[in-house]
Amino acid sequence: MTTNLETARHPETLKRVCIEPLTRVEGHGKVTLLLDEDNHVKQARLHIVEFRGFEKFIQGRPYWELPVLVQRLCGICPVSHHLAAAKACDRLIGVDRLTPTAEKVRRLMHLGQVLQSHALHFFHLSSPDLLFGIDDAVAHRNIVGVIRDHPEIAMQGVLLRKFGQEVIRVTSGKRVHGTGALPGGVNKNVSLEERDLLLADIDRILDWAEKGVQLIKRIILTRPDFHYRFAAVDANTLSLVAPDGGFELYDGGLRARDPQGETIFDHADDQGYAELIHEEIKPWSYMKFPFIVALGPEQGWYRVGPLARVNNCEHFHTSLAEQERQDFAAAGEGRPLQAALATHWARMIELLHCAEAIRDLLLDPDLQGTDLRRDGRLQTTGIGVLEAPRGTLFHHYEIDPDGLVTRANLIVSTTNNNQAMNESIRRVAADDLDGHTLTEPLLNRIEVAIRAYDPCLSCATHALGKMPLELELLDADGQRVGRLVRHADGSIAL
Amino acid sequence: MSKTFKLDGREIPFETGQTIMDAALAAGVYIPHLCHNPEFAPHGSCRVCLVDIGGRQVSACTAAASEGMEVDSCSESIQETRRAILQMLFVEGNHVCPACEKSGACQLQAVAYYTGMLAPHFTHFFPRRPVDASHSDVIIDFNRCILCELCVRASRDHDGKRVFAISGRGLDSHLVIDSPSGLLGDSSFAAGDKAAHVCPTGAILPKGRGYETPIGERLYDREPISIVGDVRAHEEEVV
Ligand code: SF4
Ligand code: FES
Repeated sequence: MTTNLETARHPETLKRVCIEPLTRVEGHGKVTLLLDEDNHVKQARLHIVEFRGFEKFIQGRPYWELPVLVQRLCGICPVSHHLAAAKACDRLIGVDRLTPTAEKVRRLMHLGQVLQSHALHFFHLSSPDLLFGIDDAVAHRNIVGVIRDHPEIAMQGVLLRKFGQEVIRVTSGKRVHGTGALPGGVNKNVSLEERDLLLADIDRILDWAEKGVQLIKRIILTRPDFHYRFAAVDANTLSLVAPDGGFELYDGGLRARDPQGETIFDHADDQGYAELIHEEIKPWSYMKFPFIVALGPEQGWYRVGPLARVNNCEHFHTSLAEQERQDFAAAGEGRPLQAALATHWARMIELLHCAEAIRDLLLDPDLQGTDLRRDGRLQTTGIGVLEAPRGTLFHHYEIDPDGLVTRANLIVSTTNNNQAMNESIRRVAADDLDGHTLTEPLLNRIEVAIRAYDPCLSCATHALGKMPLELELLDADGQRVGRLVRHADGSIAL
Repeated sequence: MSKTFKLDGREIPFETGQTIMDAALAAGVYIPHLCHNPEFAPHGSCRVCLVDIGGRQVSACTAAASEGMEVDSCSESIQETRRAILQMLFVEGNHVCPACEKSGACQLQAVAYYTGMLAPHFTHFFPRRPVDASHSDVIIDFNRCILCELCVRASRDHDGKRVFAISGRGLDSHLVIDSPSGLLGDSSFAAGDKAAHVCPTGAILPKGRGYETPIGERLYDREPISIVGDVRAHEEEVV
């Protein structure tokens, strides 16, 4: 399952290529490649270069601040952190079942979040590679190119995202960094006016979501060989599933399967995650490497996120997404699809599901209920797990009897995907780069592989940052032989 | 006929012995303030209520009104001084508005908005101040304390308890609690005390209630403090 490109035997004799920072991903990361004289790749690693100890920062803070405080980890999927922390806080105050209104308002908020995040990723960050091909001229292969050549697609992306943000605003008070979820519940319901505002747009949203799935399906099935091969790695998968094995984003049991689709564990209680998942530290990366304990650190790494979720579930409870899932499952011919680029397909099926589920929820009168919050007895440990847009997200807190945080552990989606992303870039390095003189389109292949996972590097390192790309070619002595700068606006300088 | 003075061109009636602040508030005219609360003796410490009388800057909460005086409370130079004072208050503590549970209903934040303060400007001190959560009902987050002494005055003058005092001098000044351990939980403080409801910032708060009011419905979400008035007036409605 793993390549042997994690650590080269004699790194001192190799020349180093660095892609830094990665573009069109959220946050700041870099990839280093070590090549020998003949451009054979000997080592490939994805590094996360920033670190801010959020777990440390929240020590000593009152637990009820957590949902609002930790969502600051990320400007892209704050709602996921908000809700994971809120779920952990429910446990901290001894509440394991919310009122129907609270549960549904939270679910609605989460669906809005996944929808907006997926729309941003697909249309804004990845569609240039997918629509134009990964070898397209870099000056054209960007969102501006998409706006020029496919204005309707670009527009749908923008409006889908906006709709998701409106759902978030209605449920949390703000489009970014609101306050909706509280320990034990929520602080507001959804009024009829708010509901009608969202319902007014829902048919268009569903239509565009469906078109999005058709678009990615067409792209993938036009060149199936390439799309199924590129950056594909056999990985274990991890996700939440509903009690009936169906697709689930907000709350469920943990399911892990091997690359053949065989069960490793199923419907596992998320409160016991720490027995199932451990984290390994490697000296060359700030990001930890989680693994399934039963399989050990070598074999136990896994993939999370859309590809893992759609592979892992037995059905969607919304009909359009379920139809699409069946096509997707058929493409795997009895095995889970392992192609990194199939993640885009899975992502768009999820987006369609979100649109359908939002519509169904909006028609539920429980949203207008007034019983918003439950209370219980203070506990010392609280664990909250949900499926963030990028995959399974774990929040784990411990508090003292006064209610102040003594310990926190967060495993974010991108960290869960750490090894899978590393394996994907090694696959690209071995298949596509090995023995070739490096060019921008070739290096972009590395980024395309990473981008498929939609990594949020700011979440993963609990830091925020965005920078233009700088790429250096060093020879075996460490001398710079070439340099390429890509500015934040996409322009290139030598 | 009652006596009057002019505040930004408006005639404000006053009684002998009344301060500029009290006369203005009684007339429904807002002068920004943090350490002032009409129920307690003026303190004159925060300096946010600075006004200009003929080129002399005085604190409106302590200066007596006098017949015919012309008071300027909204010129750009006064507002600029107020902003600088507020900026110093912000950097001296840890006021993390975006995540703070008092956000939207905090007098410090509201006064900062009122004066047009956009950023803290000065270098943050980032003091390390642990939260005191030892009391069963109320939490004290010293990170947000601006040393206005309202809790000190309320506990002493209203509750008859003297739970709080300011200790230390200058930059070392800090709020202390009268209990053997120095912790609130070991003091005679109770959630029903007046002192629990006068803090203009989020330093003294009920436990576990943060963020209960949705964004859009918080005290200063719709209208500025000059119209809404002080936090404590609304606090007491709740009690
Ligand atoms: S705790 Fe509040 S009321 Fe007491 S001195 Fe500090 S800011 Fe003023
Ligand atoms: S309100 Fe006058 S000095 Fe504080």
